Amino acid sequence: MKYSKTQLTFLLVLRFIIGWHILYEGISKVMNPQWTSANFLQESQGVLSGFSGWILANSDLLTIVDFLNAWGLVLIGLGLIFGFLFKPAAIAGSVLVFIYYLSVPPLTGYEYTLPSDGSNLVINRTLIEAVALFGLALFPTNKVFGLDYFIYSRQKGTFQYDRK
Amino acid sequence: MTENNNNTNKRDSGKGQSSPDNTGQISSKGISRRSVLKAFAGIPVAGIFGYEWFRKINYDNDKKDRIARELGLDKMEFPVQDYGKEAIRDTLRIGIVGFGQRAEQLAAGLGFMHPDEVKRRESNNTLINWLEQEDLHVAITGICDVFDLHAERGLAIANNSIRHRASKLPAKRYRTYQDMLADNNIDAVIISTPDHHHSFMAVEAVKAGKHVYLEKSIAHTEEELNELYRVVKDSHITFQLGHQITQSTVFKQAKEIIDKNVLGKITLIETTSNRNTAEGAWIRHLDSNGNPKPGDEKSIDWERWLGSAPYVPFTIDRFYNWTKWFAYDTGLIGQLFTHEFDAVNQLLRIGIPHSASSSGGIYYWKDNREIPDSLHCVFEYPHKDLTLLYSGNLASGRNRGRVFMGHDASMELGSNIKITVDRDSTQYEKGIASGLIDTESPMITFNPGAGQIDAVTSASGKYYADRGLTNTVINGKQIDVTHLHLREWLDCIRENKIPSANIEVAYEEGIACLMAHRSYLEKRQVFWDEVNRKIV
Repeated sequence: MKYSKTQLTFLLVLRFIIGWHILYEGISKVMNPQWTSANFLQESQGVLSGFSGWILANSDLLTIVDFLNAWGLVLIGLGLIFGFLFKPAAIAGSVLVFIYYLSVPPLTGYEYTLPSDGSNLVINRTLIEAVALFGLALFPTNKVFGLDYFIYSRQKGTFQYDRK
Repeated sequence: MTENNNNTNKRDSGKGQSSPDNTGQISSKGISRRSVLKAFAGIPVAGIFGYEWFRKINYDNDKKDRIARELGLDKMEFPVQDYGKEAIRDTLRIGIVGFGQRAEQLAAGLGFMHPDEVKRRESNNTLINWLEQEDLHVAITGICDVFDLHAERGLAIANNSIRHRASKLPAKRYRTYQDMLADNNIDAVIISTPDHHHSFMAVEAVKAGKHVYLEKSIAHTEEELNELYRVVKDSHITFQLGHQITQSTVFKQAKEIIDKNVLGKITLIETTSNRNTAEGAWIRHLDSNGNPKPGDEKSIDWERWLGSAPYVPFTIDRFYNWTKWFAYDTGLIGQLFTHEFDAVNQLLRIGIPHSASSSGGIYYWKDNREIPDSLHCVFEYPHKDLTLLYSGNLASGRNRGRVFMGHDASMELGSNIKITVDRDSTQYEKGIASGLIDTESPMITFNPGAGQIDAVTSASGKYYADRGLTNTVINGKQIDVTHLHLREWLDCIRENKIPSANIEVAYEEGIACLMAHRSYLEKRQVFWDEVNRKIV
């Protein structure tokens, strides 16, 4: 099956806009010294609420989580936009965003104090972004439209799989 | 990616260049210009991103600057605290009278902590802040307490010199405060007994030539307050009333904000206490397992504890929960409103009110207490066009904050500052009309750490700070405000200066509190007779 130019273009657009979003989420956190994930973690319900509580209970751990989260988002965003280490970036991003989803899933019976973005039942935009990112990871546009081209082009045989 | 590469391949092969898909391998020479350009596809995206980000930063900064200019905040100079300089100084020898819970905090402020507490703080990672405290060059050389257990704990604390260069001078227990005051080996005393002893002990300490740090509240009766005022004024000693919250960096910022008229004319100040626990309602005689805390007539000199208060038989309830009775304290007024009054008086120097009226009752904690658990006081300052409100409640923890209401903006002052512009402000009329100033949510927050304007807050970015009044941030370090208040007192002793909670402001506070208390007891509005300097 071949992809048309249009299909390919939209695949790239999807990669860029998700990359943009994640990059800015990261940058806005890095640039704001007062930002902390504490408010978000406090809201946590469901399977990850215990995990969130554990992070909240350890101020050192919270600092580390905040740091890793903010810079992780920046690196993932850059990876997506530049197509650099794209596959690990997309998968890491997908997992990270999925963790956000699982921390505050919009399931019936879970009520949150922070306002939600839109009307959600089980599915929300966070989950959609996580799934879209995972999907993107399966289409390595980076090998042509990304800095990863240079990695793959220098590694003999790496492209073999393209030919199977 | 077969498809993509095929796509590439088609065009690349058209130009007769090598293509990865043709060969399954590639040499660096084989990379086409076109492929390289494609590889950099992210760059224009990053470029647009950078441009938009730059625009946003400029927009935000510009808006912040315009708001700051509009509010007059750009002209402000926030004082930088001179803290952390270590100088070699003579050791001052301190005696502590009354070694309960508060004295332990004071001792920690001076640089002395019980070994058990050191271990506890080590395990929860809070010891480091304390270790970073400036060395105040003091020794606790005297402890006086009627309860053996407290006195012994005090000695253990005074003798624990785990901090570098902490005291090597031994601490001694005195049976009576008179013995301590008579000893020439004590330079200064800290009085942290139950409130009914405060003014007596302070008067005698001043007469004995000791510098005095007196925990609030200052005096239990008007006569005692007048006597203390007179004695201190006639002496050369340094007197400091034990308040600490105004040492916080945000208070110095708040002062600048008020001085620069950001709020406009302030006609109403609302202060509150909001507690909802047994501990907060001064029920403290049980330990965490519900058993009575230690102490009996064998280990406590009960008659000395009572002092001049009427005799009542010893109970563990009365010993630990003395705040509940008027014989020893004025309850919410003496314990909590004092801090509120000091906070307002340090900022605005409102002084003694023209009138006070209080009302309240015992509505929730229906034990054997005399003090109300819901108390509301109104103080009028007609010569300053100002009303000061105090509302204390011990059965609801809803945080009502401390708010200064001006014609142009209101300021909520807690562990940070939130300024909300008034929708009908005159000063900011233009800014509001142009949409620059939003009156729906706080426009400006001040972070105690930064000493500058933090952020223009959006509805979602509101910074909810509680009233954590135990620490402040100086040069990035968490510093205990009680330590700062003690430090100010000690600096003033050494340099013969007047501290912030000096006898004048302490007197004003004492009168305001006694007026509120009398109004509650007599169920009428009371007035300050300025000519005869007495409450009528």
